[in-house]
Amino acid sequence: MAETVLKVAGISKRFGGLQALSDVGLTIERGQVYGLIGPNGAGKTTFFNVITGLYTPDSGSFELGGKPYRPSAVHEVAKAGIARTFQNIRLFAEMTALENVMVGRHLRTGSGLLGAIFRTSSFLAEERAIRERARELLDYVGIGQYADYKARTLSYGDQRRLEIARALATEPQLIALDEPAAGMNATEKVQLRELIERIRRDNRTVLLIEHDVKLVMGLCDRVTVLEYGKLLAEGTPAEVQHNEKVIEAYLGSGAH
Amino acid sequence: MKSNRFQTLLFAAALLLLPLLLQGFGNAWVRIADMALLYVMLALGLNIVVGYAGLLDLGYVAFFAVGAYLYGLLSSPHLTDTFPALAALFPGGLHLPLLLIVPLAALLAGAAGIVLGAPTLKLRGDYLAIVTLGFGEIIRVFMNNLDHPVNITNGPKGIDQIDAIHLFGLNLGKRLTVGGFELASVTLYYYLFLALVLLTVVISHRLELSRIGRAWMAIREDEIAAKAMGINTRDMKLLAFGMGASFGGVSGAMFAGFQGFISPESFSLMESVMIVAMVVLGGIGHLPGVILGAVLLSALPEVLRYVAGPLQAMTGGRLDAAILRQLLTALAMIVVMLLRPRGLWPTPEHGKSLKHFL
Repeated sequence: MAETVLKVAGISKRFGGLQALSDVGLTIERGQVYGLIGPNGAGKTTFFNVITGLYTPDSGSFELGGKPYRPSAVHEVAKAGIARTFQNIRLFAEMTALENVMVGRHLRTGSGLLGAIFRTSSFLAEERAIRERARELLDYVGIGQYADYKARTLSYGDQRRLEIARALATEPQLIALDEPAAGMNATEKVQLRELIERIRRDNRTVLLIEHDVKLVMGLCDRVTVLEYGKLLAEGTPAEVQHNEKVIEAYLGSGAH
Repeated sequence: MKSNRFQTLLFAAALLLLPLLLQGFGNAWVRIADMALLYVMLALGLNIVVGYAGLLDLGYVAFFAVGAYLYGLLSSPHLTDTFPALAALFPGGLHLPLLLIVPLAALLAGAAGIVLGAPTLKLRGDYLAIVTLGFGEIIRVFMNNLDHPVNITNGPKGIDQIDAIHLFGLNLGKRLTVGGFELASVTLYYYLFLALVLLTVVISHRLELSRIGRAWMAIREDEIAAKAMGINTRDMKLLAFGMGASFGGVSGAMFAGFQGFISPESFSLMESVMIVAMVVLGGIGHLPGVILGAVLLSALPEVLRYVAGPLQAMTGGRLDAAILRQLLTALAMIVVMLLRPRGLWPTPEHGKSLKHFL
């Protein structure tokens, strides 16, 4: 039995009269790419925002890396070990690519005001380590050559990669990608897929929220399908693809 | 690299010789340079809040006031005159040494920065600007009215007879004769202020290239993403407010010692606006730009005051120096913003030339 990274159960969230999520749960194991799909308005993003601490759920239990976990403040979530990317890319536009990734190291480093002002040897050593790690990560996602370019000058696909590198810099137990393929062309999608496969090979765990069914089915180890805030199906991509309820939700009844 | 070092040396020599040169034309010119240095310190402090952390603070002059009043109260007869009990405690009067005043001013203004910053943490952009503007005014109004029921600030009359700054037994308020060459009091102040400005630049520069500086800039660029990276935005914003305010406090204390007199008038909203203008005009977040902006906006109008005479004569006195000064400042700002919207000397587009700056 593989090690469980994230285990959530019984999550419900209501916005006024809308029950956005009711009793949703999933279990992600180390080294998996876990897909979360569903038609528009199914509650994917709400679910994502709940586990990344943006929304407080009305009920539900969480366990991250075997420890109980309560997503409260957003920055605590990153500390606990979930790093995320954003559906509409949110980079630090006026900072260089390298600096963006260096910000990701903030959490795992600790030098303070006085260390910076007096440039103590421990501060300098830490800065060097941060820079080195950031460079490695830029190379890892394949944009090392743009280290000194401002983030906003990178191409769309490269910005996505930079976001992933920045998320990886926080040493997450789980990296959550919110529709990373949105707006990408075919080549960029292939490259993204290669990158995610590479992340998985390095025994990292990925939660992938995606519209692109083809990408999800080809990439994920397990998939959860949501509809109207409820769990519709869960299983391997093949199982889910042949699930009648899923086919009905996506294609309408009588489609098969 | 070699020519770079040569340039730095040349620049340093020019900075050191400048007041000696200006002294020849009259002390008023050195005084302008002194004030310019104080404004550079203020602009650099505000740059931490506005330039790095991206928090538009329109009440920054409040911290300048806090520093000035701290020095004014602790180095003038005002408190001992008002409170006989205090006079009994300090029979020689209150005269705090500079080496105590500077850290104290930094600390107190920093604390004020954190206290005023705390309620604004959830605000952004225009809303933040309005609230900080209000806070700045509150401090000034306090200074103006705290002469009743207990006379602490002496109200609009201000505090006078403030001690000149003493440094290692040297009275900066008196001229110094070194081997037959006379150094005016304003020249001595110039060197003190220059040293403090250098210190401010070094601290700013080092913070910029640190984990904390990056966290500030991340908040400026995208607060939600910064949070998602695990940055405690509340603490980092408060640190920026406190750090920026402490520079303002030191500058204020120097101002009080330099002028010998302070009153609430010196800390009006217009001053806050001018400091923001210096940062924005020069190149927000870019140290050389901010320094340039501060020097231009503080020194040029003063210089203008001296050359405005003929114009005034031509218009029969209707266009006096004060009006001309505002007019030309406004005009210069409009032109700069139209032609160089990112400031006169903005952060370079690619890479960091800043690394080579110091």
